[in-house]
Amino acid sequence: MNLETIIGLEVHVELKTDSKMFSPSPAHFGAEPNTNTNVIDWGYPGVLPVVNERAIEFGMRAALALNCTITQDTKFDRKNYFYPDNPKAYQISQFDRPIGHDGWIDIEVNGKTKRIRIERVHLEEDAGKNTHGTDGYSYVDLNRQGTPLIEIVSEADMRSPEEAYAYLEALKQIVQFTGVSDVKMEEGSMRCDANISLRPFGQEAFGTKAELKNLNSFNYVRKGLVYEVERQEKVLMAGGELQQETRRYDESTGNTLLMRVKEGSSDYRYFPEPDIPRLIIEDEWVESVRNALPEMPKERRARYVSELSIPEYDAEVLTSSRELSDFFDQTLSFEADAKQASNWLMGEVSAYLNSEKLGIDETALTPKALAEMIHLIADGTISSKIAKKVFRELIVNGSDNVESLVEEKGWAQLSDPSKLLPVINEILDQNEQSIEDYKNGRDRAIGFLVGQIMKQTRGQANPGVVNQLLKEEIEKR
Amino acid sequence: MTILDHTLEELHELLVKGELTSLQIMESVYDRIEETEANVGAFLALSKTEALAKARAMDEAGIDPNNILSGLPIGIKDNIVTKGVTTTAASKMLEDFVPVYDATVVEKLNDIGMISVGKLNMDEFAMGGSTENSAFKVTANPWDLSKVPGGSSGGSAAAVAAGQVPVSLGSDTGGSIREPAAFTGIVGMKPTYGRVSRYGLIAFGSSLDQIGPFTRTVKDNALVLNAISGYDQRDSTSYDGETPDFTQGIDQGVKGMRIGVPKEYFNEDAKEKGVIESVRAALKTYEELGAEIVEVSLPHSKYGIPAYYIIASSEASSNLQRFDGIRYGYRAENVQNLEELYVKSRSEGFGLEVKRRIMLGTFSLSAGFYDAHFKKAAQARTLIRQDFEKVFEEVDFLVAPTTTTTAFNIGGQIEDPLAMYMADILTVPVNLAGVPSVSIPCGFSNEMPVGMQLIGKHFDEQTLYRAAYAFEQSTDFHKQKPLFKGGK
Repeated sequence: MNLETIIGLEVHVELKTDSKMFSPSPAHFGAEPNTNTNVIDWGYPGVLPVVNERAIEFGMRAALALNCTITQDTKFDRKNYFYPDNPKAYQISQFDRPIGHDGWIDIEVNGKTKRIRIERVHLEEDAGKNTHGTDGYSYVDLNRQGTPLIEIVSEADMRSPEEAYAYLEALKQIVQFTGVSDVKMEEGSMRCDANISLRPFGQEAFGTKAELKNLNSFNYVRKGLVYEVERQEKVLMAGGELQQETRRYDESTGNTLLMRVKEGSSDYRYFPEPDIPRLIIEDEWVESVRNALPEMPKERRARYVSELSIPEYDAEVLTSSRELSDFFDQTLSFEADAKQASNWLMGEVSAYLNSEKLGIDETALTPKALAEMIHLIADGTISSKIAKKVFRELIVNGSDNVESLVEEKGWAQLSDPSKLLPVINEILDQNEQSIEDYKNGRDRAIGFLVGQIMKQTRGQANPGVVNQLLKEEIEKR
Repeated sequence: MTILDHTLEELHELLVKGELTSLQIMESVYDRIEETEANVGAFLALSKTEALAKARAMDEAGIDPNNILSGLPIGIKDNIVTKGVTTTAASKMLEDFVPVYDATVVEKLNDIGMISVGKLNMDEFAMGGSTENSAFKVTANPWDLSKVPGGSSGGSAAAVAAGQVPVSLGSDTGGSIREPAAFTGIVGMKPTYGRVSRYGLIAFGSSLDQIGPFTRTVKDNALVLNAISGYDQRDSTSYDGETPDFTQGIDQGVKGMRIGVPKEYFNEDAKEKGVIESVRAALKTYEELGAEIVEVSLPHSKYGIPAYYIIASSEASSNLQRFDGIRYGYRAENVQNLEELYVKSRSEGFGLEVKRRIMLGTFSLSAGFYDAHFKKAAQARTLIRQDFEKVFEEVDFLVAPTTTTTAFNIGGQIEDPLAMYMADILTVPVNLAGVPSVSIPCGFSNEMPVGMQLIGKHFDEQTLYRAAYAFEQSTDFHKQKPLFKGGK
């Protein structure tokens, strides 16, 4: 029996709004427990939710970037369940009218493009966090309570853990480009649950699925799925039967462990949220959000390759994040040479960012400065050796006028013949023997003389200009 | 004539002229409460010290002549949260709950300088029609102390009827302002859904709840609605249109108006004929005042009771989940685990009627029952609303009895929840449709007051006040005083 793997992913993405989904509390990380909260987040008696319009816009932006159709007559619903991190004992979510539906993204696996359909994108609020202290108490932190989320539900279109991995990469990149989320799994701003089942090839009905949880990185998703394929295969090949269950990925072993067997679906008693009126999204709003969408990574890559003659691999690296890609585009807008800009970004800039563990927007480097530096290299004002010094200065301290910086620091090359000639003649006067050697065909002598001149000018002389002037002066003697 | 027999306008005039101080008014309020409260039992808590201090401060600062309600007393139903003042919703669940914020209506009252006298008894979480479901006390009807004041805003109605306060706030989810107003012979307005912010009203049926005023006269009522109405950015269901001056044109009469009489609301087989007779007599008065009476039909109102009890209870089952013993409110002791904490806290903290409705609502929303119950009820609601919209193409407002009977005996129906639910038959369609309705006194039956409700178009409270005022000015039912029959 040959088995086909069927995978669908549910991804939660936290939206980077200033305030929460339904309350004016700040929605950022890292504050003392329960400080970013107010009566609404506490689920106090009498409070009411008010929709954060920005969250709607962000949800729409993500949905459109994922090629979804926007549900223009949309609404919110209550999903009811008791848990201490869920103070109202219901989560405001979207049940039958998700903000976006029927989208897709393309992924690439082994050089082949495959389209993965997206069933829905819906808006909801995050829950708080429970921690279980060693003192026997459990603690509830409601800072995260009410943070806006979108849940992106794929169709069960993936056929291997690799495809799931590629889907997550592509999804992360697209969402990151829209700017609505940091999409960092390690910070929890992106979370993934995976549904996986096997079925004999040719069979239409899905097999019994398992839901995998605690997948805290793309790698864990892949590893957990690989493990799960093997586990389910073993059971089925042995003629056994699977039960529908929720399993937890164990980071230390790479295995998945049974959490609970699902008996029927949980009854969340969804019903329309009466505190929030039906939301009608006008065409104009949808269109303005659509028009404001940035160029997506796939399109940017294609443009870099075809219009700028950037190699495929380089284009891939440059579009690996919105910040880098935007930086590149902005550098070009200051008329920097594309190839040079790309080399700098992929070389020195990336090396610096990696070693310092910074994002490009966290450094002092600006696209304008990078472009100016590239110009100064091209016109010979600075040598490529000095350029490394200049770059260091630009990325650490920054500058809004690289030319005057170079001048100030005395980093410009000496190319002016009227300034170089006296030095050259001085050196020639001191080294008659070398002139003789050169004239006798010993080319090495010229190297020695250039070296002396560079030394005399403390490395500032433009070697090309020195070479030429030196030869002319020797001829005159 | 005592201080508290004056209308709000008269009190204001006396304050501005300096013939009376806010402190004197407040003192007479607390004197009257002392005198009558043992019989009536309207209040759950009094804020005497704070109220007197506030009155003194207002007197010193001088009463604002342009602010007709400043320095005047008001009572507040105990499901409206008041910062620093215990707010229980008449539930053991919230027995010691002291809110950290004010409801929007309370903020508004504070801003104009009205002074809160105390918090008023009610059916627990506003569930009931007699105030007998209060976890703390029974409130009596000032007309006959053996009878209920109605509910759920029974304390609010009884306090005004007994002359303890000139004004109180109540809330109306399925008749909780109009029924007690009718039972106690006063004016009670359930505004259009969205007219008054619900922020800070402890939610029962969120799509139905609305705060409104109780007063002895129509104009007083309009003045208070002026003060509490308006868009609130903290309540997305509040109306963002204009708020008119509800007293404007109040004396223009009903000449030429068309009054719809929904035939389904006049059950001639009703056990207490005096109610319908009084309303019919009132219609005669309207005719004499120059209005035209037109019989109309609201055919889907017959589904009102089942639709209402499913929708309100479903929303309540969700709204009341937050009372879990974790963050505030009643928490059971000696529990072994989380589940037990939830179950015991809720089992011990909620009263019988509240539990009954939570179960009904939970059932109605459950998988497999949702379509047959909640969804059907929502469809019936749409039909009921369309009925109203249709008749309002022909008539200016509707007149119907508020209740099928006058106030019943304390303990008379509490053992029969279904009979209790059926008593709301004439009031719940209004909430389902979201339209405004005011109940005003229109006669007596068995020596108890009879209320008639005027039902208007969405956001047309003005017409209701105008018509209610016209009736009030040509009758003297509102001038009758309760007798405290059976009092000590």
